[in-house]
Amino acid sequence: MGSIDFTWLIGGPQGSGVDSGANVFSKVCAEMGYNIFGKREFYSNIKGEHSYFAVRVSDEEIHSNVNDVTLMASFDAETIFRHFNEVPKGGGIIYDSDLDKTTTDEVHTLDNYFKERLHKELESKNKPFTIAGVLEIAKEKGVNLYSVSFREILSTLAEKTENPKLKGLVRMFNVLAVSLSLGLIKMPLDPLLQSIDSIFSKKPQIAEINKQAANFAYDYAKSKFSSFQYALTGTTKQPDTILVQGHFGTSIGKMVSGCRFQSYYPITPASDESVYLESHELLEIQNDRPGSTIVIQTEDEISAMGMMIGAALTGTRSSTSTSGPGFALMTEALGWAGINEVPIVITLYQRSGPSTGLPTRHGQDDLLFAVYAGHGDFPKIVYASGDIEESFYDTGRCFNYADVYQIPVIHMMDKFLSSSVVTCKKFDPQKISIDRGLLLDKVEGVYKRFAFTDDGISPRSRLGLDNGIFWNTGDESDESGHITEDPQVRIKMMDKRMSRLDLVTKRIPSDEQVVSFGVHDYTVISWGSTKGPILDAISMLKKEGIDIGFIQIKLIHPFPSDYVQSLLKDTKTIIDIEANHSGQLGKIFRQNISREIDYFVLKYTGRGMTSTEIYDSLKKIVENKANKREVLSHGA
Amino acid sequence: MALKLADYKTEVHNDWCPGCGDFGIVNALQMALAEMGIERDKATIFSGIGCSGKTSHFINTYGVHTLHGRVLTFAQGGKLANPEMTVVAVGGDGDGLGIGAGHFVAAGRRNVDMTYIIFDNGVYGLTKGQASPTLKLGEKTKSLPSPNTNYNVNPIGLAVASGFTFVARGYSYDVRHLKDLIIKAVRHKGLSFLDVLQPCPTYNDINTRDWYAGVDLAQESMERHSRIYKLEDTHFDPTVHYNDETEVNEKLSQALIKSLEWGNKIPIGIFYQNEIISQYSTRLTDKIPNYLENPPAKQKISENGVPTTDVSEILDSLRV
Repeated sequence: MGSIDFTWLIGGPQGSGVDSGANVFSKVCAEMGYNIFGKREFYSNIKGEHSYFAVRVSDEEIHSNVNDVTLMASFDAETIFRHFNEVPKGGGIIYDSDLDKTTTDEVHTLDNYFKERLHKELESKNKPFTIAGVLEIAKEKGVNLYSVSFREILSTLAEKTENPKLKGLVRMFNVLAVSLSLGLIKMPLDPLLQSIDSIFSKKPQIAEINKQAANFAYDYAKSKFSSFQYALTGTTKQPDTILVQGHFGTSIGKMVSGCRFQSYYPITPASDESVYLESHELLEIQNDRPGSTIVIQTEDEISAMGMMIGAALTGTRSSTSTSGPGFALMTEALGWAGINEVPIVITLYQRSGPSTGLPTRHGQDDLLFAVYAGHGDFPKIVYASGDIEESFYDTGRCFNYADVYQIPVIHMMDKFLSSSVVTCKKFDPQKISIDRGLLLDKVEGVYKRFAFTDDGISPRSRLGLDNGIFWNTGDESDESGHITEDPQVRIKMMDKRMSRLDLVTKRIPSDEQVVSFGVHDYTVISWGSTKGPILDAISMLKKEGIDIGFIQIKLIHPFPSDYVQSLLKDTKTIIDIEANHSGQLGKIFRQNISREIDYFVLKYTGRGMTSTEIYDSLKKIVENKANKREVLSHGA
Repeated sequence: MALKLADYKTEVHNDWCPGCGDFGIVNALQMALAEMGIERDKATIFSGIGCSGKTSHFINTYGVHTLHGRVLTFAQGGKLANPEMTVVAVGGDGDGLGIGAGHFVAAGRRNVDMTYIIFDNGVYGLTKGQASPTLKLGEKTKSLPSPNTNYNVNPIGLAVASGFTFVARGYSYDVRHLKDLIIKAVRHKGLSFLDVLQPCPTYNDINTRDWYAGVDLAQESMERHSRIYKLEDTHFDPTVHYNDETEVNEKLSQALIKSLEWGNKIPIGIFYQNEIISQYSTRLTDKIPNYLENPPAKQKISENGVPTTDVSEILDSLRV
């Protein structure tokens, strides 16, 4: 990595402004020209449980988080108890000195499993079960401790500004934590002040109080804190950089791709996308009157799916966004879309299953489910994006695949992507093309919706089109769409639909199917959001002279067997890296290519992989010290 | 060229049982479409699963035969994306009030401008006569091993309580009356619901054509004793005339009370109508002013394959 590789962590009870603190910090760093990779972790809870945000900052390109936290900004005890061990020698912890005596038992949201592990550690080091105890461990390790009384800051400020209300404003602890951090690492304060203005644009008085607090804390850190070896003084800003949250890629991608109907039922972590689309429902259209996206919150995912299909039958590009439990409810209608050759896009933001699982945590648990979703044989496409930037362009592809091949497309996303905040190159809408396939604008003569054609794809009319009348049914049907149970028509119709799968692998350009980042003796295969940490781990190893290949499989179903096989023909060792228990891509790989996976690197704690973890396991594999199945566990 | 009734019929063989009440409904629907002169390619019939689900194949308009219980979801999606279409959804009482009951209630809340017709016969015909949601507690139709253990759903009451803005009941053997009801339902501005009593001659041996005709009541005399009577022949006024809470509550309660009438006297006709409540498209135009002129299905999204949606303002706001 470059001269700056810095991770800042902020934590606190949910609802205390951890997110906004982190967003502001990320924005300031991005404004200074740095690359950002931030991730958000939170409980399935509205208020009170521990959440945290780790923002990695670098002057080089980064695609992941690392294990170490360079500077931790805490304003509650739980953050210190849970994360003190992540700060290495030379790192720093900003903490509230009023918490020194707080015991583990006084933090009600610390669960017993965690407490037991922590107590064991404290006992072994002969430390009390208090904040002072854990901080002693940190200090002995060589961590810099920056102690400050948050309440004292507020009362001094209240006196100075003659505003006694300030004294009790614990809601400002997050602003204090960010400002203290910026002061410590010598970043400018202006971007923070501007952010406060924009966040509280409708409440100028609150903005003013926050700005006073920010200024005060910033100066406090600069004057009172001892020196810290890290300073983020800025770097050359890359042109056309944007700072985006996880769901922006698919949301803005949908707008550009012409998706005009989205139905959904609320579910974590998918609904942010639909809410974003509705917040931007009015669309500007070049050389035309304004357009709009109709976003409908339905009574359940079954309805979301039915409405989307109904809308798609009118020729409207239509979509839904959901997560595993919701997708489970959608599978019946998925088969209906399959047998009726309806182009739809389901954006599947996976989380940890099974059942409700870890509802706010990450997992790539639903690959096999997506591939096999629905009863009966019917064609579909399962397509996976590796990062937020990619997901913008992939959304365009998914709609084209759906229209051109007249089949449902499942676009695999996940919680790791959805709760990341990253800098990337500004999305370029010109790079998205729109191909509606054989969608008809007018019909002449006798029309049959499911007419047998040379390649099995029939011209597609839409509900309401002049002379384009057709019928749909979930039963087997003839060319007009009327029910038939004739065995010979059945063969022809099944063959017509299923032949679509061969067309997909033949016609979709190979670089859209699989992205090869180089192939070596050791080559990683993976899919989805593991891409970032894998790329960073591989470049860490390259610096040590170890070459590891990586192929990112994007088209998972139908599986591009021939292409993958040809790419891997000279590879000696294949390593499958996935965030699930069973190595689901590995199973698909073995089913399609008669070759064994040599090593699995898996994680199913619900927390995303860090590049550090992947680096460590790849190193073990290369050194021949690894188990066939390496299971990762980093992260609180 | 003016469209004739025959133009709305397809050549698909109709395989319903002889004497099935469904025939009356499909005939009434075709007659209503012809009388209104609705262009065949400007209407879509959505249907559920079961005997009634086949309806869409017998009508020569766009036809979408969907899934069990889900017809309202498909139909609302189609209508919202292309509001110029006339949309009629049909299905059985098991379909709409059993497996699809959640969608029924949610559809009422939305009030999308379309019509939903339930073919109400008290049994699941296509799976050989199990009890369906409208069969009364304790009744034992002929293929039930023992009397029905569930209380019945009141379709009219449920529709009224869920927010449907046109709620009526028809009888499948009074085709002309049913045709007129369908026309009123389709012309109603908002979501209209028609509960159509439809004897299943094969599996429901209780609510038969003779039973509705009151043949059992007439045994002692020669006089007609039809159980069915028409609300419009009484002084019943189903319409909410002005936007006043008392008026609305009165009309809602009278519809609910009327819906409980069963046994020797069964009302058909309009129970409730309220065009004052905004339809869904109005709720959309409140925030998307040109929704009806430029709905999803009509929107231009590209020019020679290049997207025309301009997101530069959004992207600029994300720039650092």
